[in-house]
Amino acid sequence: MTSASDAPEQGFRLSQLIYDTRYRSLTIQVVTFILVMAGAAWLVDNTIQNLNQLGKDFNFGFLSNRAGYDIGQQLIPYTNDNTHARALLVGLLNTLWVSILGCAAATVLGIFVGVLRLSHNWLVARLMTFYVEMFRNIPVLLWILVCLALLTEITPSPNAYKINPETGESAVSMLLFDSIALTNRYTAIPAIEFSNSLGAIDTAFAPISLNFLLIAVVLIVSIWANRRLQAHAHKVQDDTGVRPVTWWKSLLILFGPLLVVLVALGFHLVSPTLKGFNFTGGVNVSNAFVALWLGLTLYTAAFIAEIVRAGIMAISKGQTEASFALGLRPNRTMKLVILPQALRVIIPPLISQYLNLTKNSSLAIAVGYMDLRGTLGGITLNQTGRELEAILLMMLIYLAISLTISGLMNIYNKSVKLKER
Amino acid sequence: MKKSVFLGTLAVAAVSAGVAAAGTLEDVKARGELNCGVNTGLVGFAAPDANGNWSGFDVAVCKAVAAAVLGDPSKVKYVPTTGQTRFTALASGEVDMLARNSTWTFSRDTDLKLDFIGVNYYDGQGFMVRKDLGVTSAKELDGASVCIQTGTTTELNLADFFKANNMTYQPITIDSNAEGEQQYLAGACDAYTTDISGLAATRASYADPENHIILPEVISKEPLGPAVRHGDNQWGDIVSWTLNALIAAEEYGVTSANVDELAKGTDNPEINRLLGVEGELGKMTGLDNDWAVRAIKAGGNYGEIFAATIGEATPIALARGLNAQWTQGGLLYAPPFR
Repeated sequence: MTSASDAPEQGFRLSQLIYDTRYRSLTIQVVTFILVMAGAAWLVDNTIQNLNQLGKDFNFGFLSNRAGYDIGQQLIPYTNDNTHARALLVGLLNTLWVSILGCAAATVLGIFVGVLRLSHNWLVARLMTFYVEMFRNIPVLLWILVCLALLTEITPSPNAYKINPETGESAVSMLLFDSIALTNRYTAIPAIEFSNSLGAIDTAFAPISLNFLLIAVVLIVSIWANRRLQAHAHKVQDDTGVRPVTWWKSLLILFGPLLVVLVALGFHLVSPTLKGFNFTGGVNVSNAFVALWLGLTLYTAAFIAEIVRAGIMAISKGQTEASFALGLRPNRTMKLVILPQALRVIIPPLISQYLNLTKNSSLAIAVGYMDLRGTLGGITLNQTGRELEAILLMMLIYLAISLTISGLMNIYNKSVKLKER
Repeated sequence: MKKSVFLGTLAVAAVSAGVAAAGTLEDVKARGELNCGVNTGLVGFAAPDANGNWSGFDVAVCKAVAAAVLGDPSKVKYVPTTGQTRFTALASGEVDMLARNSTWTFSRDTDLKLDFIGVNYYDGQGFMVRKDLGVTSAKELDGASVCIQTGTTTELNLADFFKANNMTYQPITIDSNAEGEQQYLAGACDAYTTDISGLAATRASYADPENHIILPEVISKEPLGPAVRHGDNQWGDIVSWTLNALIAAEEYGVTSANVDELAKGTDNPEINRLLGVEGELGKMTGLDNDWAVRAIKAGGNYGEIFAATIGEATPIALARGLNAQWTQGGLLYAPPFR
């Protein structure tokens, strides 16, 4: 005989939504969702109403109007007769350019510093600690401004390179066989030119230089051929135990075709020359760009260094001892045993550092580098007065960039993470 | 994605929520303080001193309006705005009026929904260079690096000028006047361009003003004037006629010194109407009849303000030029008070 009785058979009561733990969480979620949506609806409604009151409409037609302003740094051809959309594109490319270079440099520097911080050399380790604590604890904007101030204040103006007619000398001379000039506006570096140029394909986006296209194709083919050569050497080694000598073949395959192509195209460098107010002929890398790039790199590298250090310390000491026991030297241990395993720990936080660097690049306006924020969110917004459209568009673009970066990095993360079978 | 749009809307809505639906005059009276958008710091036009007291040519307009509306020229809250934020600040209701050397243009007046209510300074864009550069004309600036403040009409004028003269230049974009000065003084740009009044004011703040010259070319028309939001005509009228009262006062010889005397009644009916002795002009705008007297007493008439802030006796040393009364060959011409 059982004394336990079944729960009383009752229908569903409304109070169960609050008092019954089976339904309570659902109730809370639904209510929260409704509140959030109501809040959003109120904001949208408020915006539309206020826009109506101001007599403003919401459209992106301004993007096809003539921009009318000039942009200092441009990767694709642009004049003030182009549209605002083109100016946006110029700014977007500038953002991507500084972000890509910044991520690359920060990664290299970060790994370097992170590894050195674990060095047994007291001085080196302390120096790296100092670097990390210094750079990650001061806002990146200040670092960018400091970089610009240094570049502006310690370098001479282009005028100083002018040759004095009386003495026949200039106040300052150019570096590296008169090919590089550091000035307080930009660094003038030689430009690459081809005497037998193949010309360029003119697309609406940007002209594509056939010369560089050819060089890229040749390089890719060379690298592919070299890998085949190495694979063949491995096979021979596996079969016979003797590795054939490949270094001169590798060199020949990697650099031979490239040299032939460069000579055939008439590759040469054109040094910048001072003409009037500024250097012309070469490429002028603006100080604004260098300052932004340096600031972002130094700042982010400090974080990456910590991530790398954490990754390395996460690998148990036994791994190092085991590889030492196998007779591997310390640097080979690091390269072949520790870092590949540490990467699994390093990659996920590295993604957010890349995202941070990309988003921080919008501080460019502080040094006058015309990125997306400077063109679309700056001058275009001001000249057209389309705040809502410009800011929304800018947010969408940054979001798209960030999602792309994390998507790509996630793919890479999948390829290095521990394969569990 | 939804989240970002949501946050963006949030930001925009937060700004727009401040838009005053009621009349600006009632708002200002109820608040007891006039919110006036001014430059972040341009000596002579609007700059705070060591004690945080604002003074200058544009500030004087704010003071006159505050005196006319609230009866006390000190009842002004100065809101420093950059070239980028000024119109948003006005449109969103953060400021009641903008007296911030802003150029009156067609698109600002129509598309941006502002109302420029007059011109308090007729300006033009020019270039400043170091004397030792050896440049005497803007036409010699081919290939030069030019510092330029972003978010202003000067960017477009500059592009047009160099294009029309078939010259090239390297724009060095800067965010504020202070940054521009620093870059220019460090030699990061060969020339600094903005309105000539702004150049003169900037030069006056240098340790060695004599080593810098302002080139003779004036490459644009820059009528600078106070602006109010579109749609509140009563408030627009008040600001507009306060400025006109200052200009008319100079024309009729009404100064801060003799305004009390003249307000007792004169033989000149125009002065009598201006100062509220005759007629009901003040009431027509929703103020009392003494409004103009208070406005003039706040900082003097237009000529007094000009002389005290940017005139030839000040370090900025601007001549009246186009900004003289129409009777003196200038462009200042207040419509009749009747």
